[in-house]
Order: sequence, then structure tokens, then C-alpha cells
Amino acid sequence: MPVLEQPSDVLRQFCHGDLDAFEALFRQHQGEVYRWIVRIVRDPAAAEDLTIETFWRIHCAHARFDPERSFGAWARRIATNAALDHLRTARHETELPGDLASPPVPDPDIAEEVRRKTTCAFHRLPPKLKTAATLALIEEQPYQEIAEALGISVGAVKLRVFRALRLLRKELKRQGIEP
Amino acid sequence: MNEQDEKRIGQLLKKSLPPLGEQAGAGPRRDLWPAMLRRMGDDARRSAVPWFDWALLAAVAAWLALFPGAIPVLLYHL
Repeated sequence: MPVLEQPSDVLRQFCHGDLDAFEALFRQHQGEVYRWIVRIVRDPAAAEDLTIETFWRIHCAHARFDPERSFGAWARRIATNAALDHLRTARHETELPGDLASPPVPDPDIAEEVRRKTTCAFHRLPPKLKTAATLALIEEQPYQEIAEALGISVGAVKLRVFRALRLLRKELKRQGIEP
Repeated sequence: MNEQDEKRIGQLLKKSLPPLGEQAGAGPRRDLWPAMLRRMGDDARRSAVPWFDWALLAAVAAWLALFPGAIPVLLYHL
């Protein structure tokens, strides 16, 4: 995700609680924040709500933002936390919601039962592991970007992905699927 | 779990849950700024002092103005 840097005066005004500066930042970054969140939660409607939640948190924390730092990276980190909170509280979805304009089609080579069981097992993963695995394995985001968004090291991201895969393997084996 | 297992499960996962691709790139389906303003307005209303509190404050102020002798009694009970 490219980070669009702001002229520092807009960021400084935002720090002082200026609503116009906040609107400028909102309009410039809402797309990036939404796209990041939808990759994690895989639900466009929830992603829209979470984008608003993210910018609400950003608005509340405006005084803590350092205008010398990247607004995009800061926003992405807050967005990741909002998405994680959502995954912790949301009911486990086993399928993508129907309001996607053209939902991605699963590979036809894979048996429906295997696909269903894999999806179920994946949605049962702890949110932190699921987020790392979604971003790294499904969405193929760079590990460095994931690490920055989660506020952890690249090594810790790799560890989370490894633990997610190990849990998935265990769960699939329990269900009689040998990956 | 070796590296090959890791790769196999990763592939299975990707086949079962394909990346959102175009969907993720499309951005929100509507302008979210009006909803953002509503959210900010709701919070401002929630954090506003309710009218009853103002009425109570006015009543206490009026009472103290009419009966200044009650101020030490009030302070004693606080």
C-alpha cells in the first residue's frame, strides 16, 4: 500500500484538532485504510464500518500523532487494531458475505468438502494468527508491511504464520484431511 | 512440521480462500465522510451535559443566592 505523505502543515493542523485538516486526511486515506481492512476481515460492509471506527480512533488520538512521522503507517496500524477487535467479537463467518460484487472464485480443483473444512478451520484460528496468515499467505502482503501494521517484528510475524499453519494442519488432520 | 508441509497447507488455504484481489482494490462503495460526521456528532451529543444537570445546577445556585446562610451547611455536608 503506497503511503501518501501529507504536507506537514496539514498534519500539524490535524494535531491541533483542525476539522478541515482531518477531513483532508480522511478523504486522502479512506481508500487505503478500507482496502487494508477488507483484506483482514474479508467483509466489505464490516470494512466500511471499521474504516469509520479507525478514523474515529484517529480523530480521538490526534494530539498524540507526531507530524514528523508517516500518517499512512499510523493509520494502518490503528486500522489493524480495529480489525483485530472486530475479529475478536464478530461471529465466525465461514463464507464471504454475499454483498461482494464479484466474489473471488475458489479453485475448482479442490473438493468442496476440503474447501469447506479448510475454511472452517481457518476461521477458528485465534484472531492474531488469522490476521497474520490472511495477510501473508492469502493476500501475499510483504512481511515488513504486516510487521509495521501489527506493531511487531518480521520474525514475530513469521512465527505467527507458522503457528497458524501448525494449528490448521492439526485441525485438518482431526477432520480427516491430510494436507 | 517441515517446510514442505508449510507450503502445502499455505497452497490449500489459498485455494480455499482466494485473495480478494479486485475487491480489495476497489475501495469503499460510498463516500464515508457523511457517516464519519454522524459518528462525531453522536459522540458530541453523548458527551454533552444533559439538561437535567443544568437545571439541577441552576436550582442549587438559586437556592444559595436566596439563602446564603445555607452555604456553610452545604459545605459541611459535602
